[in-house]
Amino acid sequence: MPSLSYTSRRELEEHSFSPAVTLLVPVAAIVLQVLLSKLYWRLSILDLPLIVTIFFAVSRRSPAVGTLTGAAIGLAQDALTAQPIGVNGMAKSVIGYIASSIGIQVDVDNLTTRVVMNFGFSLLSSLILFLINRRLLGVSEIHMQWGHELIRAGANTLVALPIFLLLDYTKRPE
Amino acid sequence: MESFFTRFKNVLVLVTVLLVQTIGLAIQVRRPVEAGAPDGEKVTLLRHWVVATVTPFERFFHGIGHNVRYGWSNYIDLRNTRQQNRDLQNEIARLRLEQAQLAEDAMQGHRLQALLSFQQHYVASTVAAQVIGTSGTDQSRVLYIDKGSNQGLKVDQAVMTPDGIVGKLREVFPNTSQVLLINDQTSGAGVLLASTRVRAILRGSQGGRIVINNLTPDSRIKPGEQVLTSGGDQVYPRGLKVGTIESIAPDPEHQPYTTIVLKPATNLFQLEEVLVITGTQGSLTTQAQKDLAQGAAAAKDMSAAKAAADEAAAEAAAQSASQVVSERLPSIHDAETAPNPNAPAGTADAAKPTPANPAGVVPKPLPTLRPDRYTPGTTPPASSLTPGAGHPAGTVARPPTSPNNASPPADTPAPPVKKETPEVANPNN
Repeated sequence: MPSLSYTSRRELEEHSFSPAVTLLVPVAAIVLQVLLSKLYWRLSILDLPLIVTIFFAVSRRSPAVGTLTGAAIGLAQDALTAQPIGVNGMAKSVIGYIASSIGIQVDVDNLTTRVVMNFGFSLLSSLILFLINRRLLGVSEIHMQWGHELIRAGANTLVALPIFLLLDYTKRPE
Repeated sequence: MESFFTRFKNVLVLVTVLLVQTIGLAIQVRRPVEAGAPDGEKVTLLRHWVVATVTPFERFFHGIGHNVRYGWSNYIDLRNTRQQNRDLQNEIARLRLEQAQLAEDAMQGHRLQALLSFQQHYVASTVAAQVIGTSGTDQSRVLYIDKGSNQGLKVDQAVMTPDGIVGKLREVFPNTSQVLLINDQTSGAGVLLASTRVRAILRGSQGGRIVINNLTPDSRIKPGEQVLTSGGDQVYPRGLKVGTIESIAPDPEHQPYTTIVLKPATNLFQLEEVLVITGTQGSLTTQAQKDLAQGAAAAKDMSAAKAAADEAAAEAAAQSASQVVSERLPSIHDAETAPNPNAPAGTADAAKPTPANPAGVVPKPLPTLRPDRYTPGTTPPASSLTPGAGHPAGTVARPPTSPNNASPPADTPAPPVKKETPEVANPNN
């Protein structure tokens, strides 16, 4: 009788998505983000593309795929801004990689794990964006406003929980 | 070697992706030297693809929202329309008066500008556009509008609302354009403080505010002062409203400069429609000239009407004052001016109103207590005097005695009567 190894457990819990979901969900997240920001400017504190990046990364459990997914979503997000293309791309690539790596080792379907994960990744994303702007782009006027970033992380976590539940339905049955 | 790639596949993918993006960033940051400038061709292409993917959805949802709002505001929510109409008509009347008052100043200003050969650029043509989307993040404050190069828009054209400036076009696609708001961190504009005429550079801040941080402390600059575009940046025409000064504080990071925070004239967070300035010209537009002439004519009419009204008011005031005098004086001097039955007829007639003396009051001197030769009535009439003749003794009238001291007491000697001989009358003496 074969014993359940680490690898086999990982393979059992790896999820896949249809190409339509893979393509449409990130686009929908970006469009929704844009529309919400236009509807009420304070909603621009949310980062729906980040939530989608985390979801796909932890569900697929492949750091390489997570990196590429994050990069694609981040680049698309950058293309809509006035920033140089690659700022969000780099941040979300790193988030995708780390989220996938964590997804291998912990139970990401657990509610508490999801809360901690979303809160932590939101803060990490803000930190990476700050470092890219400050160190790579040399924007000296930018500062890390921790209070604002904590509120952003909390808001993203609150929004992420129902979105994760909805996106769970898009997973392909095993 | 194969095992190395297999083993470190994930890390290698991450490093490669990051490296490629870092190189991409380096190229982009190096190419457009100026902050807020448009991207290079390859970057624009990538933006074009993404914008072309996202904007149809934005247009669709914007259209739905627009139709819902249109239906609601035009067919359902008409409860206060009459009142609003009345208010607007009152507002129009008030603005006409204001326009008339300002027209003369404006015309004078134009004459002075012509004298100084000053080149002013007026907004000649604009394209109205609707806001269909945003960047979706608070790290970059841009808008997307539903007009692009097909409608004649170009990069770096100014975007405004009737309230003030909004930003400039950063990227222009065939049917969509990206507007960089003035409160974005990479944004800038040349401005002029309206009262103090100090020139400055406006910048966006991380928190979405607009600030001036290139001025040293100046006691003349006060909160509430209006800020206008200076026209020096070659993007925004001169004289457009930017906002008002909200606060002034020392900049701790860049001493001795101050941070002047402005309150934008336009609500940059809630924009629905904007105007893109597609052309400027050296003289006023035909419509503006027509409005100005109309205002000047109205001002002239108003000043003429005001002069006539002032004249009428002055006349009425004079008439009223004379009436007051005529009413009051007789009552005070009723007893004194009462007609004396023994007085001659001419005296009674003098009390009657005449055109020269509308009040009909003849001033009557008080009786003299100690009369002398200068007392009115004691001098003989000029017709009875002969030039060069001496004063006849009998002609010097005895001063009339007061009724109170009609005769001096018996023990008091009568004062000696000095013989009056006018020196001029007899130069030989």
